[in-house]
Amino acid sequence: MVEWTDQERTIISGIFASLDYDDIGPKSLSRCLIVYPWTQRYFGAFGNLYNAEAIKSNPNIAEHGKTVLHGLDRALKNMDNIKATYADLSVLHSEKLHVDPDNFKLLSDCLTIVIAAKMGSAFTAETQAAFQKFLAVVVSALGRQYH
Amino acid sequence: MLSATEKTLLAEIWARLTPVAEDIGSDALHRMFTTFPGSKVYFSHLDISPRSAHLLSHGKKIVLAIAEGAKDISQLTVTLAPLQTLHAYLLRIDPHNFKLFSHCVLVALAVHLGDDFTHVAHAAMDKYLSAFAAVLTEKYR
Repeated sequence: MVEWTDQERTIISGIFASLDYDDIGPKSLSRCLIVYPWTQRYFGAFGNLYNAEAIKSNPNIAEHGKTVLHGLDRALKNMDNIKATYADLSVLHSEKLHVDPDNFKLLSDCLTIVIAAKMGSAFTAETQAAFQKFLAVVVSALGRQYH
Repeated sequence: MLSATEKTLLAEIWARLTPVAEDIGSDALHRMFTTFPGSKVYFSHLDISPRSAHLLSHGKKIVLAIAEGAKDISQLTVTLAPLQTLHAYLLRIDPHNFKLFSHCVLVALAVHLGDDFTHVAHAAMDKYLSAFAAVLTEKYR
């Protein structure tokens, strides 16, 4: 089981408490699709992804970005059992969506960078470490049901 | 592959950041040591506490090398030749760590540049740092 210090819990819930999901969700997903274009392979049905401007203004991507970001709420509410919390989503991503689990890390890196840009110097090294630990646990849980 | 536009942008960004090389470099290192504590093993001989003299000078050295490489990316193998030898035969830092450091450089840039760290800058920077690390480890084996 993952051990969380009180400080880590405070940092992580603090980030989500002041998070603008409608802004950060779309930004981080579109940033991932732009910086790591091969991730677009999963979004063939989403419409125009022809260039960065198209991706950034694509309403399906924006909506999906919000969905994915809200997906992290589950982990936030169940920090002491993230593995079990994502069991179903892991099966979904493996069996139905066929997403390469390495891609979860790419999205989590982009999310980190988008939040860093928003928070500026408030995104301290300690904040980054706690947040990345959280995301690493989520990423691991999402990859767990791949066989 | 880096386009001509991206190479120009990278040269521009690093030229602009050269005066704050110490801040960017030490921030990136500090973030890496805090987020990925395993990376600290290579620095047991230095004082890497926040804003320490060692951290500042080491961060500055690294960022200045990255900035130098950005002046003419097509010549990276030439520019980095001495550092290739250093890393392969003396430092022997496990290549995985360059990815961790590159990521922390991107975070430091995002914190420093905010909205100016556009998707174009981000993509170009990520590609450049990957290429830089690849050249740096070329003599490993």
